[in-house]
Amino acid sequence: MWDRQTILGILSYVFYAGLAAASILVLAAPFLLGVKGRRCVTAAVRSLWLHKMRSFLSVLGIIIGTLSVIVLMAFGEGSMHEALEEIKKQGATNIIITSVKPPEEASTTRRAFVARYGLTYDDLRYYQEALGDQVVSILPLRIMPAEVRPVLAGNRMVQGRVIGTRPHYAVAFGLENALAEGRFLTEADEFPIPANVAVIGSDIAQTLFPGESPLGKSIKFSGKDRAFVVVGVLKSRHPSTSGAIIEQFNNDVYIPLEASRALLGETQFIRATGARSAEQVQLHQIIVTVREMSQVRPTAEMIREQLSRYHLKADWDIKIPLDRLEQAERTRMRARILLAAIAGISLLVGGIGIMNIMLASVTERTREIGIRRALGAKRSDISLQFLTEAIAQTTVGGIVGVILGLLMVVIAPFVAERFFATHLPAKIHVPSIFLAFFFAVAVGVLFGWYPARRAAYLDPIEALRHE
Amino acid sequence: MAVVAQVIDLVKNYQMESVTVPALRGVTLAFERGDFIALMGPSGSGKSTLLNILGCLDRPTAGTYILAGRDVSQLSDDALSEVRGRYIGFIFQSYNLIPQYTVVENIEVPLLYQGRLNRQTRRRCIELACLVGLGDRLDHRPTQLSGGQQQRVAIARALVNDPEIILADEPTGNLDSKTSDEIMQLLCALNDAGRTIIMVTHENDIAAWARRVVRLRDGRVEADYRMDRAA
Repeated sequence: MWDRQTILGILSYVFYAGLAAASILVLAAPFLLGVKGRRCVTAAVRSLWLHKMRSFLSVLGIIIGTLSVIVLMAFGEGSMHEALEEIKKQGATNIIITSVKPPEEASTTRRAFVARYGLTYDDLRYYQEALGDQVVSILPLRIMPAEVRPVLAGNRMVQGRVIGTRPHYAVAFGLENALAEGRFLTEADEFPIPANVAVIGSDIAQTLFPGESPLGKSIKFSGKDRAFVVVGVLKSRHPSTSGAIIEQFNNDVYIPLEASRALLGETQFIRATGARSAEQVQLHQIIVTVREMSQVRPTAEMIREQLSRYHLKADWDIKIPLDRLEQAERTRMRARILLAAIAGISLLVGGIGIMNIMLASVTERTREIGIRRALGAKRSDISLQFLTEAIAQTTVGGIVGVILGLLMVVIAPFVAERFFATHLPAKIHVPSIFLAFFFAVAVGVLFGWYPARRAAYLDPIEALRHE
Repeated sequence: MAVVAQVIDLVKNYQMESVTVPALRGVTLAFERGDFIALMGPSGSGKSTLLNILGCLDRPTAGTYILAGRDVSQLSDDALSEVRGRYIGFIFQSYNLIPQYTVVENIEVPLLYQGRLNRQTRRRCIELACLVGLGDRLDHRPTQLSGGQQQRVAIARALVNDPEIILADEPTGNLDSKTSDEIMQLLCALNDAGRTIIMVTHENDIAAWARRVVRLRDGRVEADYRMDRAA
């Protein structure tokens, strides 16, 4: 229970809670300090107001710094979140076994040569028997690439992948709520008699049946007479970009596995430029879903062992989304640190600006410092005054930066979508708000400290004589 | 009369590179409560140095300075700040008001640093502003006031902490003769009311307002005499 993850989680919550508390404390400080503190704050605000342009320019650095923390974190977080969701969609408890054309077969150019490779029904049966209770489902897939058989309806035609599968495909890919209309494949479509039904992606539906409901309409695959009745339409899904290949789910047609076997057979002819080749693949993919994430690796190991024992050729590949999930989590952490560092640098630059202004202010107000010292101000009073001024600047900068940053995070995706047709995922990262604000204030303390100290250690007599 | 401030065998040397420059070479003086003293002397005579030490802005190299019954000659910086805020009122040649503060806020400053600023003391600040004749300009800034008015604010400020001694450094140096007279009349009135004033000046007719004149030369007391007030 007390593993590293949990402890890290708790620690980060404590950290963020601390930041939040510190931020609130800073905002409340003027009301907590006595008369002297309040006077310090009002004096600071007033002297900043006196030099509006100068204050604005020096605060601008902090505003930009804070804003960039919020915006960078939000966009970083947004795209990482989307990538993680993508992987989760593939299922963190899934093991994906894919047929791969072995390299020695790929190089052949012999005509009438049929390349036989890949996963078989024997493999499928073996998994169903050999893998124990930990397995929730085993999902076989036959995938016909889009270029093989265009999908037809009336005189319209569209290129789409034809996927033969079982009903629980919907469970494995989280499609239960992704239906625009109709239903997904059911057990009744397979047994006792294979039914000729199909579930189609949103783009296919739009192209083949513009402006009407595809439910109950029939589609065909080019070169085959058998018609399939559309029983369901899927909602539009974002293409998966997390893998090596971009999967355009919206151009998929799902039919029962048995129907696909009966309709299309196991041999596919692939027409490439100038050559024609044939492949015989029984199953293109088997997706094994286990109950717990901790069972993914041992199960994958068993499968790997079986495959390397029974397959003479290297015609298979195992992918574990969990690996990518963990890798993505690590990447997310790295990206977070990197973005925070970049944003932090801009805050730092802002801080240098503040320091510069504060040093100029100390020089300019040397005489005032002398007067205050003569009238009983201690060194600490003077340094508090200048520190307050620096913190007031960075606090104002921080607040404005946070507001502008949030505004930008809200507006930017809309603008990107509307004017640049780009999907810009943004997700407000709440801790980053506190982080940004806290660091803005901290920059004030850090870069206000030296000028404040310099002011405090001026010799009162020299300061009074200063013109 | 009781002695309010006393310096005994005061020595102050300034270290310039490797050369030691003596500014005060053993000054012994006693200032009585309610007195009005004019410190005079040519430039380089050490009168500014003496004023700085009397004002607890500087520490003597040797010798003792007793203020209000307490040896303050070797206190820490913070303790000196405390003494300045509590026992000393300053009036400067160039008024030295804080430009971004109003008249009342300027008068409040010494109280602020003693942590004694409250509704009651704030009323006292307004009363003092009225006393020096600026009751109708409480919310004005220094730049909106004439030189004489600014010096009046400075005087009110010097009074606000009810100091043991008021140190005035050429208080009329930047003023015309008519305004100078008004300021000196105000200081005399304060002195008549019991305030102890030590004033540095190099003008004889300003010094003539005082009851006692101390002349310094080359870091030593050259002359120390009482006189009848001119006016």
